Amino acid sequence: MAHIQVPEGIPGIRSLVMYRPDTGQHLYALAQALLRNESPLSEAERELMATFVSSLNECNFCAGSHAAAARFLFGSEKELVDQVIADYRTAPISNKLKALLTIAKHVQQDARTVSDELVTEARNHGATDRDIHDTVLIAATFCLFNRYVDGLATLTPTNPEAYEAMGERMGTIGYVMPTQSLNDAIKK
Amino acid sequence: MPHIQLPEGLPGIRGPMAFSPETAKPLNELANALLQTDEGLSRAERELIATYVSSENDCFFCQTIHGAVASYYWGDENGEFVKAVKENYGLTAISAKLKALLAIAGSVQKGGKQVTPEQVQEARQQGATDKDIHDTVLIAAAFCMFNRYVDGLATWAPENPELYKFRATRIAESGYTADDHYMPK
Repeated sequence: MAHIQVPEGIPGIRSLVMYRPDTGQHLYALAQALLRNESPLSEAERELMATFVSSLNECNFCAGSHAAAARFLFGSEKELVDQVIADYRTAPISNKLKALLTIAKHVQQDARTVSDELVTEARNHGATDRDIHDTVLIAATFCLFNRYVDGLATLTPTNPEAYEAMGERMGTIGYVMPTQSLNDAIKK
Repeated sequence: MPHIQLPEGLPGIRGPMAFSPETAKPLNELANALLQTDEGLSRAERELIATYVSSENDCFFCQTIHGAVASYYWGDENGEFVKAVKENYGLTAISAKLKALLAIAGSVQKGGKQVTPEQVQEARQQGATDKDIHDTVLIAAAFCMFNRYVDGLATWAPENPELYKFRATRIAESGYTADDHYMPK
């Protein structure tokens, strides 16, 4: 049970943005800007970073839902999502993305440990200022979302199909504030 | 030196915000919604929670600027009160309710799952509402993001305490805005 009274039957972050839309709208706007707006990183790559950080923070709801979004966006290459969660260093992804995931991991653990060497390594593999900025802010933002979702003990579905539906929604319509009719449809 | 090329002369989070206005907008709006209100928790209490979490994350810029804003609201002229809260809030004269909420914030800083039903129960017994608990968790979580954004890009932080005091007064007067108009002319 959640630590506070949020709408019943609604999972994770969704229950929290419905509980308090005045903060929720800015959180969704942040997710949309970070994960969907123009960036040298693809939407799939950014969802993968969100999944990776959420998995390091052991937030099952965020890791499950963003993994589903990443699988949806990677399409035929969707298997690499689970390979990255298992060990990103041996996964079939570019060296640039590996170097950025290493930066994301340092941000998650202790942002002060993001060293010049890690940044140089990412640049050597083609990362730009924008790639580095977006990586740091995505990693930092999921340290927020993960703590918010777990700190209030929100509902975390265990059924994989529930996440698949969320992933498809996130991959198509993106991050928009929930409406009542949409929630009734989800609860069914 | 910052890890990426940021506009010069903008301290802390202000550099990356100028670099990325699209994300700066929701970040500033979130800060205002969470910190610039006295509904339930007061502005003074909210800034104190932000300062405490930033101190636990050892983020110099965030704990100094939010510490200065907290001092402004608490009438803590020399900053000794805020310093004492950061060192051991249990020994300060703050309310039992705020102590219980800072304990929750401290758990959130370590990880969301660290918050226990007992901590929530204790906060409720001291008069905390659902909204107080919600806002505490979200403020603490948000500063786990702000702190990482600021330190993960190795942004510049001024050392002069007077500058933070000046900026704190401007923040208290006009909130958190995308434009940085917090520097002395």
